[in-house]
Amino acid sequence: MTTTEHLGHSPPNPLLELRDVSKIYGAGDALMKALAGVNLSIYAGEFVAIMGPSGSGKSTCMNILGCLDTPSTGHYFFQGIDVGELSRNQRALLRRNYLGFVFQGFNLLNRTSALENVELPLIYRGINARSRRRLARQALLAVGLADREGHTPGELSGGQQQRVAIARAIVTGPSLLLADEPTGNLDSARSLEIMDLLTVLNRDKNITVVMVTHERDMAAYAKRIVHFKDGLIETDHQQEHEL
Amino acid sequence: MLGNAFILALRELRRNVMRSILTMLGIIIGVSAVITLVTLGGGATQQVTEQISSLGSNLLMISVGKRMGPGQTSGAEAFKIADAEVLDREVNGLVAVAPVAIGSTTAIYANQNWSTNVTGSTESFFFVSNQKIAQGRLFNVSEARIGASVCVIGQTVATKLFGSQSPLNNRIRLQKLSCIVIGLLESKGQSSMGSDQDDIVVVPLRTFQRRIAGNQDVNLIKVSVKDGVNTEDIKHELERIMRVRRHLAANDDNNFNVLDMKEIALMLSNTTQTMTGLLSAVGAVSLLVGGIGIMNIMLVSVTERTREIGIRLAIGALEREVLLQFLVEAMVLSSLGGIIGIVLALITAVALSGILQVPFVFQGGIVIIAFLFSATVGVVFGYFPARKAARLDPIEALRHE
Ligand SMILES: Nc1ncnc2c1ncn2[C@@H]1O[C@H](COP(=O)(O)OP(=O)(O)OP(=O)(O)O)[C@@H](O)[C@H]1O
Ligand SMILES: [Mg+2]
Repeated sequence: MTTTEHLGHSPPNPLLELRDVSKIYGAGDALMKALAGVNLSIYAGEFVAIMGPSGSGKSTCMNILGCLDTPSTGHYFFQGIDVGELSRNQRALLRRNYLGFVFQGFNLLNRTSALENVELPLIYRGINARSRRRLARQALLAVGLADREGHTPGELSGGQQQRVAIARAIVTGPSLLLADEPTGNLDSARSLEIMDLLTVLNRDKNITVVMVTHERDMAAYAKRIVHFKDGLIETDHQQEHEL
Repeated sequence: MLGNAFILALRELRRNVMRSILTMLGIIIGVSAVITLVTLGGGATQQVTEQISSLGSNLLMISVGKRMGPGQTSGAEAFKIADAEVLDREVNGLVAVAPVAIGSTTAIYANQNWSTNVTGSTESFFFVSNQKIAQGRLFNVSEARIGASVCVIGQTVATKLFGSQSPLNNRIRLQKLSCIVIGLLESKGQSSMGSDQDDIVVVPLRTFQRRIAGNQDVNLIKVSVKDGVNTEDIKHELERIMRVRRHLAANDDNNFNVLDMKEIALMLSNTTQTMTGLLSAVGAVSLLVGGIGIMNIMLVSVTERTREIGIRLAIGALEREVLLQFLVEAMVLSSLGGIIGIVLALITAVALSGILQVPFVFQGGIVIIAFLFSATVGVVFGYFPARKAARLDPIEALRHE
């Protein structure tokens, strides 16, 4: 990977940069512009909340930021690298080494224990069995699921599954954490715990966090709020408060 | 990376016990069916081959009548001892010539009696028919010449008349003849035609003619040809001499028949080979069906698992890592199934060969072929559908339901 050499760049260079990015689904009459020319720069250490009505392109944008998808037009630079130019394998390595992703639909492996689900990204990072166990347990502990490590997704509630998904995303200690509605299925007490966790990760481990949420209360934890509407950024402002 | 693939593959297999068992079942059934059938067929072939070689090497049989099997006479004039003597003297390349007369009779000892075949022949008979002595002795030239009242009996006759007692030096009665048992033959078991080769009593030919048959007839002349001599040439020579001796005109058909035992042997082994071929074909079909079973389950499981593949890719697995995992899974399943199938087949083959009284002959070739076939099917059909899924964009694979 050539990305490491860009890691040292100082703040003037954004960690992520979307340059006139659009994403088009379908063709002809069914043509659908999920993103219609988005420009967005996110710097290392930021905590960004993305808000906006349903269907405004938030998940589409997250998928592109997570190197899971590529823009139809425009460019996405991750640490200065044009992701659109990378091969499938190179993008996979980016995801493996730098990204943690919490999916809107969890995407856990069925019939697989919470612990093994959380271990999965560590296996692909080539971490040995003992460290894997230890790190996975730590991550489950952090999301408050230490007592559920042997349960499979089928045996967990929606909120618990969501927390396993969060544990899986943070277990590798990624430089960028992308979370698509990480509190969507949680009650407010749990939600606050998760937000505290994200805040701690952002502040103490210097993990850049980008989070989609519908709730003002959750967005309030972020340092910056970006509003989407119809595939475009409507507003983008910093919050002055400090938690 | 291979280590990781192993961990992941084994976890998946353990997690999907039912699917793993179903996949293996196809392989197990296919592999064990083909191996069992081919092994049994091979055993039967070997049995026939052994029986043929026990008939005696390079054996020609001259029988009375046209193109008929031994023992059938169809009205033509029988041979005489002189015929055999002339052949022995005039044809080069022979080891021995044995004139044979056969009749069925009842052998009696004390209050036991047993209906059997009595063979009258010379001392050459034992060599030509590949009969070896187990106890006592064979009759000698002078006993043969004078027509002594002696006999050599087979194991079946010995057991029927004497039970576990030694038959040697006891007198048995064959019609008007009372003769001393001087020898017991080694057991030869069933012949390739299914008759009991141990159900036999041999007496000197002259004794047979005088005391049992009451005529000078010889039904059969057995001729043993030297190794390396062309039996076809000998056959023509025998025919030529016999035609002269039987005063046949140039346009007369032979009223006797020279049979090359090799031809019979060939015919028999062809039959068994055809049978083995059929069995193998049945086995091949079951292997194929097993293969299709593997194919099905692998295809279904990959479709089911497209979302799983999407998750792995999204988390940062490389395409080749996902493929390797599937490949290892398929390999572990197919080889495990193959090994179970082989073990099962060998157990079945041993048991069945006992029941069918066919020797168990291990056929290494078919074991390897069956194993490789199922392994290939497993790997190919585990690999290609997985490759299709692993080439999807992670987002597309994740959306798959
Ligand atoms: N694979 C696809 N094919 C066609 N249209 C799609 C596809 N994925 C997304 N879209 C469309 O793109 C638009 C944006 O979708 P997206 O999932 O980004 O919305 P969102 O802002 O995340 O909404 P929500 O808050 O409900 O999660 C929607 O109108 C959706 O219908
Ligand atoms: Mg969404």
